[in-house]
Amino acid sequence: MTRYQPAAAQQPAGAPPKLEVLNITKLFPGVVANKNIDLALNKGEILALLGENGAGKSTLMNIIYGLYQPTEGQVQVDGRPVELHSPRDAIDLGIGMVHQHFQLVPVMSVVDNIMLGSESVDRGLLDRESVSAQIRELAERYNMPVDPNAVIEDLPVGVQQRVEILKALYRQADILILDEPTSVLTPQEIEGLFEVMELLRNQGKSIIFITHKLKEVLRVADRIAVLRRGEMVGEADPAAVSQQDLASLMVGRKVTLEVEKEPANAGEVLLQLRDIEAFTDLGEHALRGVSLDVRAGEIVGVAGVQGNGQTELVEVITGLRQAAAGSVLISGQDMTNASPRRITEEGAICHVPEDRHMYGMVDAYSVADNLVLSSYYKRPFSSGLTMNEQAIAQHAEELVARFDVRTPSVRNSGASLSGGNQQKMVVAREFGRPIRLLVAAQPTRGIDVGSIEFIHSQIVAKRDEGVAVLLVSYELDEIMALSDRIAVMFHGRISAVLPRRDATREQVGLLMAGAGVANEPASQ
Amino acid sequence: MATASTTTGFIRLLRALLIPFLALLAALLAGAAVMLLSGDDPLAAYSGLFQGAFGDGKSWARTIRKTVPFVLTGLSVALAFKVGLFNIGASGQFVIGSVFAVAVGINFDGLPAFIHLPLALLAGIAGGLLWGAIPGVLKVYTGAHEVIVTIMLNYVASLLGGWTVYAGGTQGQTPGPLWDRTAGAISETPDVLSSAQLPWLFGPPYRVHYGIFLALAAAVLIWWLIFKTPLGFEMRTVGHNMRAAHYAGIRVNYTIVLAMALAGGLAGLAGAIETLGLNHKFAPEFGGAVGFDGITVALLGQTHPIGVLLAAFMFGALDGGAAAMQFESGVPADIIQIIQALVLAFVAAPLIIRMIFRLRRQTHGDAGSAVSTSWSGP
Repeated sequence: MTRYQPAAAQQPAGAPPKLEVLNITKLFPGVVANKNIDLALNKGEILALLGENGAGKSTLMNIIYGLYQPTEGQVQVDGRPVELHSPRDAIDLGIGMVHQHFQLVPVMSVVDNIMLGSESVDRGLLDRESVSAQIRELAERYNMPVDPNAVIEDLPVGVQQRVEILKALYRQADILILDEPTSVLTPQEIEGLFEVMELLRNQGKSIIFITHKLKEVLRVADRIAVLRRGEMVGEADPAAVSQQDLASLMVGRKVTLEVEKEPANAGEVLLQLRDIEAFTDLGEHALRGVSLDVRAGEIVGVAGVQGNGQTELVEVITGLRQAAAGSVLISGQDMTNASPRRITEEGAICHVPEDRHMYGMVDAYSVADNLVLSSYYKRPFSSGLTMNEQAIAQHAEELVARFDVRTPSVRNSGASLSGGNQQKMVVAREFGRPIRLLVAAQPTRGIDVGSIEFIHSQIVAKRDEGVAVLLVSYELDEIMALSDRIAVMFHGRISAVLPRRDATREQVGLLMAGAGVANEPASQ
Repeated sequence: MATASTTTGFIRLLRALLIPFLALLAALLAGAAVMLLSGDDPLAAYSGLFQGAFGDGKSWARTIRKTVPFVLTGLSVALAFKVGLFNIGASGQFVIGSVFAVAVGINFDGLPAFIHLPLALLAGIAGGLLWGAIPGVLKVYTGAHEVIVTIMLNYVASLLGGWTVYAGGTQGQTPGPLWDRTAGAISETPDVLSSAQLPWLFGPPYRVHYGIFLALAAAVLIWWLIFKTPLGFEMRTVGHNMRAAHYAGIRVNYTIVLAMALAGGLAGLAGAIETLGLNHKFAPEFGGAVGFDGITVALLGQTHPIGVLLAAFMFGALDGGAAAMQFESGVPADIIQIIQALVLAFVAAPLIIRMIFRLRRQTHGDAGSAVSTSWSGP
């Protein structure tokens, strides 16, 4: 393992690192989350912390941000040991964190959000004037334009993230922790974020960039540290490693990043959507006339930034949401607003839901019970009057083995599994029965590289069996890797459908951001 | 393998019983403190309580007699709880069940007992079903919260029950339809015909009727329903995660109405058994306090049918021994109600119990993983 000093680092020779963690161990009941971790962050560098879900990245960051106390070990800032009992201590030491889920109050303005918790007061009143001026100055210095008086909920996600970064800078953070900051952004916004990060680094800030996306790491990091199962397994120089090397280091074995598949052999139309209109629970117009065909033996990928109607589209197809207008035909049968049970049975459809905790599983149920969640009433699991626990357990043993769900036993609760294994459990249940149409929303959300590889190969296998696949993903890479055709969603409409071979990342990225859409107000 | 799973099942049962047991213990200790404050002797009181509950055959009989309605109202609340619903309406469902059972019990003279008695019991169940279904239907169609609706329906049931036996007024107001014309100014029904009375298992002076078997059967049936049938799977799924239930194709609305109706039916059966087995008539004062205690019993029993049986037996013993305690030690029987209320408070606040007895959070299985998901979350 070589220690690599990037040219960009502005670390004075001989000076201690800006931030250093020494021999950190964190134990949770039954789990070693961090084990003897050493990590140094220099002044003026971007350090990427890479690792699968559950590798211990978040635990380590939460220790640095004062949310957890380490079981053993020490944190040092500027060479001095520090005690971090709460985020307040961390903020006082110049450590700022931008969480994956923004900690902003949607109904409040930018300036109010930024001064929240460290309000500036002038004669008993909030001093918005001077704070606004400071925000403008910071925004200009770091090239992050934002209107201090705008209300958060009116701002696009990328700008909300800027506000989070400005909040940390306003509190005079020298060390910024960015937790999976790119997961909510379009490709163009991601590039914008990277430029801001480079600017911050060049002005002497130190950044820890947490991610599991290899391409981004190679694009922006000065140095890469890889965590696996709670241990630091290596550091790498972005100029000298490939994505393949990093993936293998993260997972601990060789992984294939490319999805291997033959050209599609598309057959009859199995899913036909015509002019679908639908509303969210809050009454917002979510789908504005969506028409789309999916054929047997092809994968149609729906690309788009989260919140452009993809969730509602999947819900309408699967019967979880009423369509206000339009029609859904599955295998030629009209299934518009049919019950979920009828769609599952007569449509021979399976659904990997976007949010497994909300829809896909019952946390308190055993793995075995979760695996019969959509077939519990059928033979052999039920005789009509009683459930057959033995058949349910046997079915579970088979699926757990076939889909490599790692659990001590099928009697353990679904909640006790790691995220990747929970997702594999959901996929096992849905793929494990005869189907003609597969609707997969974010099938690899928040899971590790090894599991992603497996689930992707399963989706391709289903396609090759002649199943029609509708894939919804917010990860452009996933769409590009799996799709035979790409449909781009923007503001509740399908703005374009492209054959995969004609589509480029840039083109799809622009379409996702609303380019080429006529009669539509520009994205805010 | 079978042995292993029963062992873990047994250990899980013990763990589940720990908090309720400690809650009961804490309530008894707090009750003792109250007695000391008011200058009474807690040891004498608790000894009297024990004697009154289990001292001799008659005490045992009284304890069992009191246990029966607690089992059924406890099951009522527990069943609704499994579906994620809070049935505060066992009291009203109990009253309606009583009225329906009595209405059948005082009519149909000449029917043989093997028809009349089941008919009266079924009438009680039907009354409760109906009364329980109302909040279910309102919840599904209008979004009205079942807690509010069941509380309101308790008042309605209580007044409706009173009206059915209203004796009429001095100004010639119409008496209620079930009023006993021979009772003069007293508002009550006539006695239930002997063909509709639940027979004694042990006659006077013990007065234990066959209702105890009905209660035990109901507990087993509900356990089987919840844990062994597809319907129970649907109910528990709705209770745990309504969205996942919808996703799995379960008819969520239907399940909610059905669960509330069944919960009502159980409380209605409690009312029917009390009237057909013990009181042999309905009067407004045979009311629904036992319905409210059903909430405590269900929570003390961890909303598990077997737990409910144990908790109901505890409450039966407390109620059964209260009078003897007052007689033996001079401590007012009202102290028992304080203890019962404290049990509810402690069961509802397990953190207090963990603090008092310095229990650590469960470090196995799910609790541990809840922590681990928080650090490995997406």
